[in-house]
Amino acid sequence: MAEPQSSALTETVCDIVQRHSGMPTRLLQILRDVQDQLTWLAPETLDQVAQELGISPNKVHSVAEFYSFLYTAPRGCYDILFSDNITDRMLGNRELLHYLCDRLKVDIGETRADGTVTVGTTSCTGMCDQGPAALVNGYTLTRLDQTRLDRIAELVESRMPLEQWPPEFFEVSSNIRRADILLGRHFADGAALRAVLKRGAAVILEEMVKSGLRGQGGAGFKSAAKWISCRDAPGDVKYVVCNADEGEPGTFKDRVLMQDFADLVFEGMTLCGRVIGAEHGFVYLRGEYRYLLPSLKATLQRRREAGLLGNGILGDPTFNFDIDIHLGAGAYVCGEESALIESLEGKHGVPRIRPPFPTTHGYLNKPTVVNNVETFATTAKIAVEGGDWFASRGTLESKGTKLLSLSGDCERPGIYEYPFGVTVRRVLEDCGARDAQGIQMAGPAGHMISAKQFDRRICFEDLATGGSFMVFDQSRDILDGIRNFAHFFVHESCGFCTPCRVGTSLMRDLVIKVHTGHGTLYDLDEMRNLGRIMQVSCHCGLGQTAPNPVLDSLEQFPEAYEQRLRATTFEPAFDLNAALEEARQISGRTDAGAYLLDEDLLLIGAMP
Amino acid sequence: MIESKLKVATCSLAGCFGCHMSLLDLDERLFELVDRIELDRSPLTDIKELGECDVGLIEGGVCNAENVHVLMEFRARCKILVAIGACALNGGVPAMRNQFSLKECLEESYLKEIGLVNPQIPDDPELPLLLNKVHPLHEVVKIDYFLPGCPPSADTIWTFISQLLSGQPIALSYTQIHYD
Repeated sequence: MAEPQSSALTETVCDIVQRHSGMPTRLLQILRDVQDQLTWLAPETLDQVAQELGISPNKVHSVAEFYSFLYTAPRGCYDILFSDNITDRMLGNRELLHYLCDRLKVDIGETRADGTVTVGTTSCTGMCDQGPAALVNGYTLTRLDQTRLDRIAELVESRMPLEQWPPEFFEVSSNIRRADILLGRHFADGAALRAVLKRGAAVILEEMVKSGLRGQGGAGFKSAAKWISCRDAPGDVKYVVCNADEGEPGTFKDRVLMQDFADLVFEGMTLCGRVIGAEHGFVYLRGEYRYLLPSLKATLQRRREAGLLGNGILGDPTFNFDIDIHLGAGAYVCGEESALIESLEGKHGVPRIRPPFPTTHGYLNKPTVVNNVETFATTAKIAVEGGDWFASRGTLESKGTKLLSLSGDCERPGIYEYPFGVTVRRVLEDCGARDAQGIQMAGPAGHMISAKQFDRRICFEDLATGGSFMVFDQSRDILDGIRNFAHFFVHESCGFCTPCRVGTSLMRDLVIKVHTGHGTLYDLDEMRNLGRIMQVSCHCGLGQTAPNPVLDSLEQFPEAYEQRLRATTFEPAFDLNAALEEARQISGRTDAGAYLLDEDLLLIGAMP
Repeated sequence: MIESKLKVATCSLAGCFGCHMSLLDLDERLFELVDRIELDRSPLTDIKELGECDVGLIEGGVCNAENVHVLMEFRARCKILVAIGACALNGGVPAMRNQFSLKECLEESYLKEIGLVNPQIPDDPELPLLLNKVHPLHEVVKIDYFLPGCPPSADTIWTFISQLLSGQPIALSYTQIHYD
């Protein structure tokens, strides 16, 4: 009784589910694969997936609706998403976006009627040093300009398969501008694993303690403490998870590590597996870095063949460890470790309540170490060179080096590795940022600093960072950036808790009100109050840090706000007369009562 | 010295008068209240023109031009303006229409609804023109105090008013403003 089309659908879904061994934990990966085949996830497709996996359709639907890169409405065969970080905007992405939409005769965010193409925007794709950037069907396009877009429009119109597009469109440069102990010294594959086999896990862990290494994602928790806690947690089955969900706008150092130093990262993960007693590891790679997947898989395969991964590593029958790569699907919140674990388990990525922490209750509730890409790469080096060697660099509380991702208004954007403690001023000089008025440090969730603070030092004692470093020169309007960040948080809020879901929207509305010249001093106070409420009442770090750009800039760049304020004490949140226009049109009324009276408008802001 | 009574005005904009019902729920405390305040414009007095007041209590959100007019007048004449109840604070039930366009709402009510005789969208100048969306009060004027609840209980209103009248800082207990 099934129609031919639906039996083909059944077959496609069956094949894909089988390829993933029918595991519900692979749900996100399954949905990605299904969408690759069918361009979108129709309700009946999702029901089919649920049936094949033996889980509730609701669960499958909720996952499909959670992730930005999963589509529950039809999309074009070519799905083009412009990266919309402030650094892309500085490079003129909005003009290019409109240009391409005009050329393809499609509205922003819409799918063209013939189903050929959809053009929209997405959060930062991590190509800030080579933007404006975009994704086409998930693959990274860099250095867009009008000429390139003309060619892309032709390729789309002629329905040219992506494989036949000019390879230079997809070229991603590493742009390593300054290397220190992590990027600069040669590392022989397997050296860290030989070290742990020779000297024993306990000794390596001592080296880790001596090194003082702290989590390089930005939170700065002592890595050795995390590993020890996980090693000592009860249970035979443990996991190693590498957080490569580098979603903080302006950060791209993990992308470079995964592109040029994947062996080092995998080696760190394998080392961790040996130390904590885990045999399985995951890399959670952000969906925007999908282009890296083939090379990463090839590297894993090469390591298996070289005896550095799999069963009996380096000939030791007790040393078994392998790594799977899990691809995200456009959700910033999954960079939070417990949301990342939820996503790994095939669910939507909502942060868990901590404690318990992942080191005791992580993936599938088993003890799990979640470390950043840079952290794992660094551990491999420490295993070989020793903790003292590492600790000889940096400051008292922040040992070693840090990779910074520089973008925005500077001559040489790219990756800079510095010992911790470097001043902002030194970084600015090195990257050729002559005219900086402010820096957004550690991304929108971090801190905005003005020129008065350029002598501050990058380290956990002063300015902690995950690596994002976006430069705004004197020609920039700080509020353009703040507005961009406010939109970012609205888009990325997972919606689980009210202070974040509603607070990010209210904050965006207030920022727009001020940015468009309708704000008063009262609105600035409202922003401060709202920001404080979000800081103390949001469920996770996303919401707690979401007001940072506004709160920081209110303090650091008060003039950016004040010059736009109205002299009145209060200004409505919307244009009152314009809000009557729709009713005027529908009713055809033009009488005096169809407008707000002048005497009413004169009362705006009036108080006894 | 004769203490002059504080002047209080109240009104319901896009609300259901439920908050005013809750005010009447003060029961015997109403006697104490009228000893301390004098009501100006209010559904309870039928005074049409708002005078200079100390306190204005407003229930309901802002859905049409008349609401805007009344609210601005209250703001201009009341030293302290209080938003009372869910609709005044957030738009409440009337704001559920914000999910649709005004055109959709009017067409559904006046053109498509089953059993309509002579279906047409009203255009009488006597009727206040609708805003395209329903707004909470604080998006139109500055509000000094917010009293949440649907409606806030008589106890909540009493605690608030008596503290305000006596010049104390406002301190409501958890259960008076939380409903979990």
